[in-house]
Amino acid sequence: MTILRRFVVLVPTFIGVTIAAFLFIRLLPGDPILMMSGERALTAEQHAELARKLGFDQPLVMQYLNYLTGVLRGDFGTSISTREPVLTIFFRLFPATLELAVCALSIAVLLGVPFGIIAAVKKGSFWDQSIMGTALVGYSMPIFWWGLLLIVVFSGMLGWTPVSGRLSAIYYFPQITGFMVIDAALSGQEGALASALSHLILPSLVLGTIPLAVIARQTRSAMLEVLGEDYVRTARAKGLGGFRVIAVHALRNALIPVITTVGLQLGVLLGGAILTETIFSWPGIGKWLVDSVSRRDYPVIQGALLIISMLVMAVNLIVDLLYRLANPRLR
Amino acid sequence: MKKGMGRLTAALVLSVATAGMANASVLTMCTEGSPEIFNPQLSNNGVTANVLSQIYDNLVSVRQADLSIEPALAESWDVSEDGKVYTFHLRQGVNWQGNADFTPTRQFNADDVIFSFARMMDKAHPFHEVSGGAYIGFVNKLGDNLESVERIDDYTVSFTLKRRDATFLGVMAFQPMGIISAEYGDAMQAAGTLEKLDREPIGTGPFQLEHFQQDAQVRLKAFHDTWGEAAGRADKSPLVDTVVMLITPDASTRVQRALAGECHIALYPNLADADILRQSDKVELVETATASTGFLTFNFREERYQDARVREALTIGLDIGRLTDVVYQGVAEPTVAIIPSSFWGHNADLEVPAYDPERAKELLAEAGFADGFETDVWALPVVRPYMPNGRRAAEMIQEDWAKLGVKVNIVTYEWAEYIERARNGEGQVAMFGGIWDYPDPSQIPNSYLSCDINGKPSPSNIGAWCNDEYNAILRAASESTDHAEREALYKELQAVFAREKPAVAFASAPTLTVISTAVDGYHPASVGTSSLAGVTLK
Repeated sequence: MTILRRFVVLVPTFIGVTIAAFLFIRLLPGDPILMMSGERALTAEQHAELARKLGFDQPLVMQYLNYLTGVLRGDFGTSISTREPVLTIFFRLFPATLELAVCALSIAVLLGVPFGIIAAVKKGSFWDQSIMGTALVGYSMPIFWWGLLLIVVFSGMLGWTPVSGRLSAIYYFPQITGFMVIDAALSGQEGALASALSHLILPSLVLGTIPLAVIARQTRSAMLEVLGEDYVRTARAKGLGGFRVIAVHALRNALIPVITTVGLQLGVLLGGAILTETIFSWPGIGKWLVDSVSRRDYPVIQGALLIISMLVMAVNLIVDLLYRLANPRLR
Repeated sequence: MKKGMGRLTAALVLSVATAGMANASVLTMCTEGSPEIFNPQLSNNGVTANVLSQIYDNLVSVRQADLSIEPALAESWDVSEDGKVYTFHLRQGVNWQGNADFTPTRQFNADDVIFSFARMMDKAHPFHEVSGGAYIGFVNKLGDNLESVERIDDYTVSFTLKRRDATFLGVMAFQPMGIISAEYGDAMQAAGTLEKLDREPIGTGPFQLEHFQQDAQVRLKAFHDTWGEAAGRADKSPLVDTVVMLITPDASTRVQRALAGECHIALYPNLADADILRQSDKVELVETATASTGFLTFNFREERYQDARVREALTIGLDIGRLTDVVYQGVAEPTVAIIPSSFWGHNADLEVPAYDPERAKELLAEAGFADGFETDVWALPVVRPYMPNGRRAAEMIQEDWAKLGVKVNIVTYEWAEYIERARNGEGQVAMFGGIWDYPDPSQIPNSYLSCDINGKPSPSNIGAWCNDEYNAILRAASESTDHAEREALYKELQAVFAREKPAVAFASAPTLTVISTAVDGYHPASVGTSSLAGVTLK
């Protein structure tokens, strides 16, 4: 029942998002027909024909309903610059963003959770203050500056990592899955997989920095709360070892709010991807959006924003459901 | 586990180490953006031309050494006595490229030239409306004056002009006059996939498209059947197997990629990075005198800017020497000559007016602006050779003019919006300018400052300055075929500009290109685009 309620709540959110996307083109200054078609000099007849074709000659409510029907059928518009459906481009580019986001989130979780635990267990110590101080710096770091700094140090000065892109230009193979690491492994070309992995390091670190800081702070506070609970004191009184108390008794319960935090970081990752992908020339949806803005490809901006909003809504729903699975009290 | 991690680390380190040592036959170039289309007729943007000039050929091309016109798909040409008919004798044995959807059955001939121009001229042509049908380059430079294009025989075509035009051959070297395959057009029309003609290119140039991923990379492979190779011309032959253009919009990232060896050539680094690049032993920073001209244009739609005293006051009330030092970081000199020194026709005798704020105040008072006034100044939002830092320049203008009592509001827009609004005449005082596409001194003075015989400003004449003397000289120079006479006329033209001050001319910074020491034979072009034919890797 609760799950059904969660689905129902999504409906007005979805409608709200589609209305915002629908109005996006119509509220901008300028002629929406020229914006949607990308044409510059149209004759009056061509303009009228396009208006009819795009449905702009109908009342606003009808236009919205047509738009909504199109969206439900998977029609998110057509790019002015490539003349391809927005959804097709999205599916082609999304694996790049997902690959980066998964890597960034893995770094954030694999480092953030242990750091949070150490900070909680050593509360008030040098370690706690160092970790939390670093987390605060990480959280406040401007992504653009951080990315360029890492490039200058690790790629420019030390030469340890590639500067940008997804793969060295010497490799070329067909994209099967769109995930460069998998495609490189499938290509069988010597060195391609290592090249794909090495290209992931810096962008993942940059994209993962803010989620890492958030996860470390959340883990610390959740752990502190749990470590003060009676059952933890009981476990200790029973003579259980410190590691077992922390890993088995405290962490399991402390992780419940952390899961929500991790889920919510997806929105942050998609937002961060816009900057990270631009700095590292990473051809994902973030860079696609930025490039489309500079090309004034309005149908892409409109369609991509709607798809991304729907994606964030879906992830939030999944996190919510997982949270209920992890926390028996909410079932 | 430890062993596995060790192996992975070793593999990563090896990959990073080899990433810079690209295979000897893969030439990498870091560029600013994606091509907007793969048909030269439909674009006059530099980023697109950089790619398409490797794939397509024109009838003639620019010889960069002396900026003269040299044969390309046309081996020679004759001009009629009245200067209105140009007859081109076409090269024989030129092969077309092919792709998965098209295998050519014949070589290049007159039909391809007719097809290419008919598409742009004839509104009823089946391809005219395809891909937006906006032939900006053709319409602006040739459309009005081209009467007809006729096929004389398989290898001869004639172009008839309405008026004599000395710039015609230069215009024919301009990217949008590239030649498209008529047979490919027919095949795409038969298949009902007309847009493929503009998106999956077939040319006669040294490279052909292998793969394009928007905003990521353009991959070109050598086309060894190109006419240049058959003619034994190294400068027209592909000497590397593959060219990869890595699309890297951020200038700092392009520099880092060049320093890390990820790209052999990086275009348009920031001036601010010049010192780091000069110190590197892996790359060379090449400075090319760019033929570009920019201005701070006064809008003649505003009454106050029609007053010569106001324009004079604002010109001498701006310390252009200091602005040039700061904004161009010591790589350029102030000028009033609107034809750059790399061109014939440049007027080196004109003097930059001295900075004189006291005289400027007197002039403003005489014009009735003793208490000054308020005006917008539009700052260029992008880096261009004629204006590397529009915002900083606008701040300096604001500072100088404040001393005259003129309050400046700095305005700027995203670049496409900026161009559109500026062309609509919305800017009171606006920065604008252009880069030469073909080697004729008239291009910028004509596009940016002229009006037609009916007094209508050209689209890029954003200040709507229509000066009869200036326009008459420009027309006389374009109709003359006497080189010495044209040169004298262009010098006179610049003197009129310097006297009338419809705009403050900016300096022109050289174009910087980062070139790896492993690259041989790459020469950045000062006009038009740079060819990757003839480039090798050591």
